Amino acid sequence: MTYVIIEHNNGKIEDISFEMLGKARAMGNGVTAVLLGSGTGDMVAQLGAADKVIVCDDPAFANFNPEAACKTASSILSGNTGDIILVGNTSMGMEIGPGLSASLGIPLVAYVTDIADGTVTSSLYGGKMSVQSAVSGGYIASVMAGAFPGDDGRVDGSPATEAATACVTSDLKVRFKQLIAPEGGDVDITQQDVLVSVGRGIQNEDNLEIVEELAQKLNAAVSCSRPIVDNKWLPKSRQVGKSGLKVKPKVYLAIGISGAPEHIEGMRDADTIIAINTDENAPIFDYADYGTTEDLFDVVPAITEKL
Amino acid sequence: MNIVVAIKQVPDLVEELELNDSGTDLDREWLKFKVNEFDEHALEAALLLKDAQGAQVTVVALDNGLDIDKALYAAAAKGADRVVKVTGEFEGYVSSHAAAKALAGVISGMSPDLVLTGVQAVDDLDGQLAVLLAHELGMPHITVVTDIEVNGSTATVQKEYGGGMVGEFEVQLPVTLGIQAAAETPRYVPVAKVRRAMKSTDIEEISGDAAGAGAGFEVTKMFKPETGQGAEMLSGSADDVAARIVEIIKSKGV
Ligand SMILES: Cc1cc2nc3c(=O)[nH]c(=O)nc-3n(C[C@H](O)[C@H](O)[C@H](O)COP(=O)(O)OP(=O)(O)OC[C@H]3O[C@@H](n4cnc5c(N)ncnc54)[C@H](O)[C@@H]3O)c2cc1C
Ligand SMILES: Nc1ncnc2c1ncn2[C@@H]1O[C@H](COP(=O)(O)O)[C@@H](O)[C@H]1O
Repeated sequence: MTYVIIEHNNGKIEDISFEMLGKARAMGNGVTAVLLGSGTGDMVAQLGAADKVIVCDDPAFANFNPEAACKTASSILSGNTGDIILVGNTSMGMEIGPGLSASLGIPLVAYVTDIADGTVTSSLYGGKMSVQSAVSGGYIASVMAGAFPGDDGRVDGSPATEAATACVTSDLKVRFKQLIAPEGGDVDITQQDVLVSVGRGIQNEDNLEIVEELAQKLNAAVSCSRPIVDNKWLPKSRQVGKSGLKVKPKVYLAIGISGAPEHIEGMRDADTIIAINTDENAPIFDYADYGTTEDLFDVVPAITEKL
Repeated sequence: MNIVVAIKQVPDLVEELELNDSGTDLDREWLKFKVNEFDEHALEAALLLKDAQGAQVTVVALDNGLDIDKALYAAAAKGADRVVKVTGEFEGYVSSHAAAKALAGVISGMSPDLVLTGVQAVDDLDGQLAVLLAHELGMPHITVVTDIEVNGSTATVQKEYGGGMVGEFEVQLPVTLGIQAAAETPRYVPVAKVRRAMKSTDIEEISGDAAGAGAGFEVTKMFKPETGQGAEMLSGSADDVAARIVEIIKSKGV
């Protein structure tokens, strides 16, 4: 049996859940979905790709709580140490996956991009290397977003359900307080036809000027990778990727961005991707339509000048 | 308040990555290593708490033979009070499960209120450390953390989700946190200050034990990913390339 931990947000099942369900179906050993939530009826009806859904419907899961989720998932799956358990390589999955590995005492394979006959493939070193591992017996696979097509798992239906009890006692050490929505930015990078996106290759804040000039000529917005935001050179509302925004412009210019999986997650669906990166091995070139290894400090001003 | 920060050296991805002869791991001989960037944020988060309300900051690292002394001296120069090297069989790649066990053995003796690690490292294969370490230490955990405030016996912690959404939690100390980003950019420390720290700092050595702990699976092959279609690479001078890029953008009707 393959188990899939369903991730959802605001009553909506996340894409990663359907991607895992589709893969679990293809693995051919039967699929059980595990759903922790509050008011889960509508969600169960979307889990037709599973043979069975173990549902823990409890007000305690109205919001994610790492401790409650780990304890409950561990209790539900405690007898399943011989099975394969799929969990998303997401902010929530990064608590539940290792939590299950520790409590069930079974291995965890992270950053999983493929699973076939006891061989699990992971993406390491910022996407620069792939690793194949031989795993026997039960294990947890922490699955990368976008690794498997979601459509195969998006099946309506009314799978059999089994109710589970939440492990939430008064002695929980972690308490959920509130959800905080991101501050709206001056521009909405999800609504742009063209994004001039800049990464750590730009070296310092002053150099941002050259991408801003290019963006202005193109009537485009400047977006960026995470380090630019962590350095406080641009606001969070400009960040593309896993913990930033998903964008789908007609043209995405990736300038000095290596193409780490967390960045790719946010821009892989852009129509045309043009990458400027001096490292010919940068993973961004695997996703780009056009690429150049010329120095960004030469190419970017030259583009601006020609426009 | 006792804060323990666990750090590790990882390959600098700016370098070309070469495989070893058996094609199962990186050839580490010529690689350049640096402190995992998220560990720099974990240390910064600890130092910010120290600056704000006082704390004893201890930095620990497994001795994997990869220039770890340099990293520990730099941590001392930035303001860590105590730097500890965990000695044992930790050469080459150490699985996250083994690292968690070895570190827990050492950290549990330090009676920490907060244990901080980076959210993840580029070479993690069997999971990120924070949650595994929390289990070994018998502590609660929160990972992907971007903000910490300590108020007596509890901490208020912010955890990042997709789309910039943030969940705020209150957690009883002691807790293990996986740090994504500190509230401030990690502080810079000039080389001269690191040199001074080398003279004035003793790196403590404590032996660590990871017996019985491992990933639980075997790496059979490491390889550069096949690039699928890949990009059409534009050739010529920077000027030629710029001209082609202008053409391409214009052809998309934008
Ligand atoms: C939980 C989690 C969530 C994350 N979420 C996100 C996210 O939402 N978005 C995101 O982007 N990242 C995210 N990250 C971080 C991600 O893992 C990478 O660290 C980040 O994407 C790297 O950014 P970068 O490509 O700008 O920097 P680097 O990886 O440092 O790449 C810089 C690139 O610039 C190139 N370069 C340098 N100089 C030049 C030059 N002169 N000309 C041309 N090219 C040059 C280099 O060859 C290199 O490839 C997340 C990480 C974690 C753990
Ligand atoms: N696998 C999961 N386990 C526990 N909680 C989850 C899980 N996936 C999502 N959630 C959380 O449940 C809350 C949303 O509930 P709902 O509105 O019912 O989808 C959000 O805070 C989600 O983050």
